[in-house]
Amino acid sequence: MNLTLKIWRQKNANAKGKVVTYQVSDISPDMSFLEMMDVLNEQLIEKGDEPVAFDHDCREGICGSCNLQINGEPHGPDRGVTTCQLHMRRFKDGDTIVIEPFRAKAFPIIKDLVVDRSSFDRIQQAGGYISVNTSGNTQDANSIPIEKDNADMSFYAATCIGCGACVAACKNASAMLFTSAKVSQFALLPQGEVEADRRVLQMVEQMDKEGFGNCTNTGACEIECPKGISLENIARMNREYLKASLK
Amino acid sequence: MGTFESNTPKGPLAEKWTNHKNNINLVNPANKRNIDVIVVGTGLAGGSAAATLAELGYNVKTFCYQDSPRRAHSIAAQGGINAAKNYQGDGDSIYRLFYDTIKGGDYRSREENVYRLAEVSGNIIDQCVAQGVPFAREYGGLLDNRSFGGVLVSRTFYAKGQTGQQLLLGAYSAMNRQINRGKIKAYNRHEMLDIVKVDGKARGIIARNLVTGELERHSAHAVVIASGGYGNVFFLSTNAMGSNVTASWKIHKKGAYFANPCFTQIHPTCIPVSGDHQSKLTLMSESLRNDGRIWVPKKKEDAEAIRAGKKKPTELSEEERDYYLERRYPAFGNLVPRDVASRAAKERCDAGFGVNKTGEAVYLDFSSAIMRYGKEAATTQKIDNPSDAKIKELGKEVVEAKYGNLFQMYEKIVDQNPYETPMMIYPAVHYTMGGVWVDYNLQTTIPGCYAIGEANFSDHGANRLGASALMQGLADGYFVLPYTIGNYLADDIRTGAISTDTPEFEAAEKEVRERIEKLVNNKGTKSVDHFHKLLGKIMWNKVGMARNEQGLKEAISEIKELREEFWKDVRVPGSADEMNAELEKAGRVADFLELGELFAKDALHRNESCGGHFREEYQTEEGEALRDDENFMYVAAWEYTGNPSEAILHKEELNYENIEVKTRSYK
Amino acid sequence: MAKSALLKSSLAKKYWMAFTGLFLCLFLVGHLFGNLQLLIPVSEGARDQFNEYALFMTTNPAVKVLSYLTYFSIIFHAIDGIILTINNRKARPTGYVSFKPSTNTMWSSRNMGVLGTIILAFIVVHMAMFWGELKFGGLEDTVYTTENGQEVRDLYTLTVKTFQDAEYGLWWAVAYALAMVAIGFHLSHGFSSGFQSLGVNHPKYNGFIRKTGWAFAILVPLAFAVIPFYIHFVLEKI
Repeated sequence: MNLTLKIWRQKNANAKGKVVTYQVSDISPDMSFLEMMDVLNEQLIEKGDEPVAFDHDCREGICGSCNLQINGEPHGPDRGVTTCQLHMRRFKDGDTIVIEPFRAKAFPIIKDLVVDRSSFDRIQQAGGYISVNTSGNTQDANSIPIEKDNADMSFYAATCIGCGACVAACKNASAMLFTSAKVSQFALLPQGEVEADRRVLQMVEQMDKEGFGNCTNTGACEIECPKGISLENIARMNREYLKASLK
Repeated sequence: MGTFESNTPKGPLAEKWTNHKNNINLVNPANKRNIDVIVVGTGLAGGSAAATLAELGYNVKTFCYQDSPRRAHSIAAQGGINAAKNYQGDGDSIYRLFYDTIKGGDYRSREENVYRLAEVSGNIIDQCVAQGVPFAREYGGLLDNRSFGGVLVSRTFYAKGQTGQQLLLGAYSAMNRQINRGKIKAYNRHEMLDIVKVDGKARGIIARNLVTGELERHSAHAVVIASGGYGNVFFLSTNAMGSNVTASWKIHKKGAYFANPCFTQIHPTCIPVSGDHQSKLTLMSESLRNDGRIWVPKKKEDAEAIRAGKKKPTELSEEERDYYLERRYPAFGNLVPRDVASRAAKERCDAGFGVNKTGEAVYLDFSSAIMRYGKEAATTQKIDNPSDAKIKELGKEVVEAKYGNLFQMYEKIVDQNPYETPMMIYPAVHYTMGGVWVDYNLQTTIPGCYAIGEANFSDHGANRLGASALMQGLADGYFVLPYTIGNYLADDIRTGAISTDTPEFEAAEKEVRERIEKLVNNKGTKSVDHFHKLLGKIMWNKVGMARNEQGLKEAISEIKELREEFWKDVRVPGSADEMNAELEKAGRVADFLELGELFAKDALHRNESCGGHFREEYQTEEGEALRDDENFMYVAAWEYTGNPSEAILHKEELNYENIEVKTRSYK
Repeated sequence: MAKSALLKSSLAKKYWMAFTGLFLCLFLVGHLFGNLQLLIPVSEGARDQFNEYALFMTTNPAVKVLSYLTYFSIIFHAIDGIILTINNRKARPTGYVSFKPSTNTMWSSRNMGVLGTIILAFIVVHMAMFWGELKFGGLEDTVYTTENGQEVRDLYTLTVKTFQDAEYGLWWAVAYALAMVAIGFHLSHGFSSGFQSLGVNHPKYNGFIRKTGWAFAILVPLAFAVIPFYIHFVLEKI
């Protein structure tokens, strides 16, 4: 396949960026999207140009590093996959592909397609944990039976990989799906209920501080989320927060 | 301390760890506030260690090259974590876990370490549940288990196919709690490029800020290396793209011995290579072998027809299939340990029975599992005389609930539906049992420098059992290192803050800077990946699943040549004072090019086959590994002398007092 | 913390938006029942009934409280919406070169601000025409004498004449209908969104809420919109 790529290039956080057009040829449909990017970079290095910087690591859809906005959608046109799991067979010979970084005030660009998502880390540091010591002096794991449905829902919330697609897809650059997944994961378990109020208040406060937009329930996040994190989590967070702030 | 002594405690095996904990020095809480610890790597081992050390009161600095600690490659572990809880009442015990691990490791691991691992394993599960890790549960609300290769009990705890993710998020949340308290300072997008020794002790590191390119000096009273394994020396592996040996290799060059580098695990169930463009390989969890049956066609003509696309696997009848693992190993069947399963796959493919275009793939078939589960479901749902289609439908639902995400992953990559046609799998490099040599306290031969998790060599011998890596990482981080490091730090309570304004830091930084400048100013003609791919080819072909003397000798000289060429002809675009992914890769590949040589040298010296190390010269008539306990029952710890091929061998003899050393048999 | 949490936080803004919005949905239902009286044939005393009703609605103290709550809700809903829109714009200072929200969201959900502005404009005109005239307008046109002898503006005649006007009547009806379309779209997202914002989301009831929301978004504005056309085309001329 031969493709035209329109890629956002930006030297560093302070530089002005622009879209640069590249051509790549001999792309196999079996390649992953990032392998196609590798081909482009090899080509650029050969020509003595600087390769395109982009975040990636595990290349199996679990680390949450890769985060490209492809043709106007986070992680591209496929549903339920990260950029690294997107394969070129999804595109046609001769296609033009626009590749941009995830954009949000809370995700400042570092270089080219690499953005700083440390705002997500700070939201979790604000309360995304259960305050239990790691000493090992805990009670037996089976001493608290947990309803299977709740354990499963908690697990599904916890499968969030923190890639930021929810923010990227949202017209308001809101981080509510992410934050609510983190809130839900603990709120659904008896271990986490104890400090649920404090947790949700602190995490939402931090989320607001980071400059994310507000949720207007468009549902774009749920659809673009590579892990299918449900909007139910946002509702749960709304509930938890309301409950906590009324106390 | 800091010598080549295993420092294992005296006394009966079962009491060693308790006695040891009772007798080592402690640091009082007030003094801990004045002690700094650096942790390099934030996966399961590093993350859990950092959280626990901070909780104990030490000031911790963590370093990771990813943009967040949560992205460390532990997150990709799929199947589960072992623990001797015996919740299933199937006769599991600490001793059995210990025994299985030693046997699985082909009697090349240290008895005391492994026993301790088994001893604390149960505690890990308690700890993780308390932290809110959502393990799979049964309808009664209690934890569920499944089985993994090489064992006869169900002791694996899991969270669908994302156990590593859930455990890492648990460790990361524990870290977050400490970051929020100010006890951990997380340096993300930072890479350790050297260790700094003062008076022979580890006192800090030089790290590069990967965003600005700045070199930073960080001092501490102890340095913990938790940077994972070095499987990426093969270029293609299931490791993350950024996984590297640099931290381990740097400390090796500064005096830490490197143990058993040739013990590498080739995982039997990975998605086969599809072409030259391939950048990494994807694992299909071992848990699939609980239900999947591995086979190739019985007749070569069928294999050829399938390769040519003239026949479909589903067209072959049961009689035309060779379930070779079930045939060769009736007791363990499809659940033999990884090294055995991998070699068996290679043997069939080499004999011409491979089933994909390149002839390097075997089938992993779920059709009988689907039918079995379907029948079960039909019975519980009280469906009388269900049709085959109905059974299949019900069965698929069960299989989807168990392995849905893995099946989806497979379908995305291969573009085939594994519910309808068998998966194709082939072995790939997955884990490295070898690593930095450590004593019982997890201390390397550099005083004050510790290595934990996959980065060290300690617990898995020549082959690791499934679901044991997560166990070891968390055991080291939560329950072992935080105690043993106190024994060392107790002598440091009067040291006070360590200045980075010293000749030692100066010299280390200079060395790092010169190397970076050399790479950036080299202006060669070939990209870093070019060299990495060539190295990977040499490693896979000559130091891979089967090795022989001649191949290894060739590998050693080829790697040396390649290394020289790399330094002559590598091209690193961009500059050193900015974000520069090529520069990062170049530094890592340069280290792989040295490690690869030591790797081959280690494989060459070990004239036996054991676990993941298979020397063609040393096999039984049936093609099983032939150990040489008389001459090789030791840990090979290599000392760096300036050139990998001239490394000096130190032997730590292994004594098995509590276990009878036998030929490993899974028949 | 809890205090400011209910006023300033992002979630608080959602709650208020949802709360006022859902209250306005209730108001719409009430309003609709009033309007439906316009379908009564003239010969059956529609004028008396409608004008008595209008008087009741403007003088009853309980209704007064409700109406002030309604004004407050409208104003608060609008201001909160404007603040949210401004904040949300700020959250992405540099836009995408290529952005395809149509692949993952409904048009109405992305354009609540635009729809809201249209509705607000409609409300202003609407108030000026009927309510404003009723309260502050002079008595020079038609006068209606109530049962207890009070002289008030004849709102029934005013309404019916507006839509029966030979020259502009149909245009008013069309304009009114367009505003109802905007309200319909606004409701198509707003109704279920309100529940989501207040945390009401459960797989068991989501379908019901969504379907009710759709039915509400279609039927209520439709019923409103039918009335002017009925007056124009069907009702006997006055």
